[in-house]
Amino acid sequence: MSGKDRLAIFPSRGAQMLMKSRLAGAQKGHGLLKKKADALQVRFRLILSKIIETKTLMGEVMKEAAFSLAEAKFTTGDFNQVVLQNVTKAQIKIRSKKDNVAGVTLPIFESYQDGSDTYELAGLARGGQQLSKLKKNFQSAVKLLVELASLQTSFVTLDEVIKITNRRVNAIEHVIIPRLERTLAYIISELDELEREEFYRLKKIQDKKKIIKDKAEAAKQAMLGAGRDVGDIANLLDEGDEDLLF
Amino acid sequence: MALQAAVKGKLISVIGDEDTCVGFLLGGIGEINKNRHPNFMVVDKNTPVSEIEDCFKRFVKRDDIDIILINQNIAEMIRHVIDAHNLPVPSILEIPSKDHPYDASKDSILRRAKGMFNPDDLVR
Repeated sequence: MSGKDRLAIFPSRGAQMLMKSRLAGAQKGHGLLKKKADALQVRFRLILSKIIETKTLMGEVMKEAAFSLAEAKFTTGDFNQVVLQNVTKAQIKIRSKKDNVAGVTLPIFESYQDGSDTYELAGLARGGQQLSKLKKNFQSAVKLLVELASLQTSFVTLDEVIKITNRRVNAIEHVIIPRLERTLAYIISELDELEREEFYRLKKIQDKKKIIKDKAEAAKQAMLGAGRDVGDIANLLDEGDEDLLF
Repeated sequence: MALQAAVKGKLISVIGDEDTCVGFLLGGIGEINKNRHPNFMVVDKNTPVSEIEDCFKRFVKRDDIDIILINQNIAEMIRHVIDAHNLPVPSILEIPSKDHPYDASKDSILRRAKGMFNPDDLVR
């Protein structure tokens, strides 16, 4: 697989420059993504430990709330249906804010009181104290749960983003950078090959020229030896211009 | 949508047994909207699972609900639906109910977390 997997590009100086800059870009991107993944990971662990802490706390709070419900029922009598039927408007609502961690927006929930208590008069006859305690317990439970919900939402979001980031980091590290490097190596080898070819060609031409020159010289000598003076005869074709050799 | 969220407060909804619902309603989270749809559902032992599923899906679809609280024993019944939900909002919280203590090993979030870390390490 290796050696074959490279970008389809014509090996030239221009392409080499292009590949070099792309490789530099990929390495920079890899570094940055790695940093991002680390930052997210730190936050993720923080949130996770908080979630576990809050979950345990939630168990306690819920137990207490359920107990106070039993207490209130004992004193007031069964009020389940009354409560269930008298629902109108929510008293506790949620606002969501956005938090930003390394370019990832995490929703943060926040509960707030809105409007008056619908069950103001519940427990007016008897058990009012138990009922208000019950309300307070459940309100604190709601607060805790809202907090837990925002932690959990952050957890899910971060989990997803970390996966994506790691995937990108790995893709750059194991696919894109090696491919660019292979392409670069290919271009360099190809350019070297061209250079060697050129050099060999030049050598060959020089050799050929030398042979021709020697031959002409020999012919001249032979002519002279035969008693004919050819020294001054200029070749009609040879006008004395320089060879063009790049 | 973000603008709307900033202006309008979102709701918490509850799916749970009667006592849990009553408790949270007294806490003041209950609301019935214009179409007389409540944001809570009382589940008793005769409630069919399909009804819970439908209700849960309806809550997920409603855009005025940000948090869904669900009793863990009920969550167990519709576990496949909860696991299929992987969007950040609404976030689903499993809460212990009165007669079922909280079991961390069943929680869908903590189960996902377990693959990455050992939860015992984190609880100090």
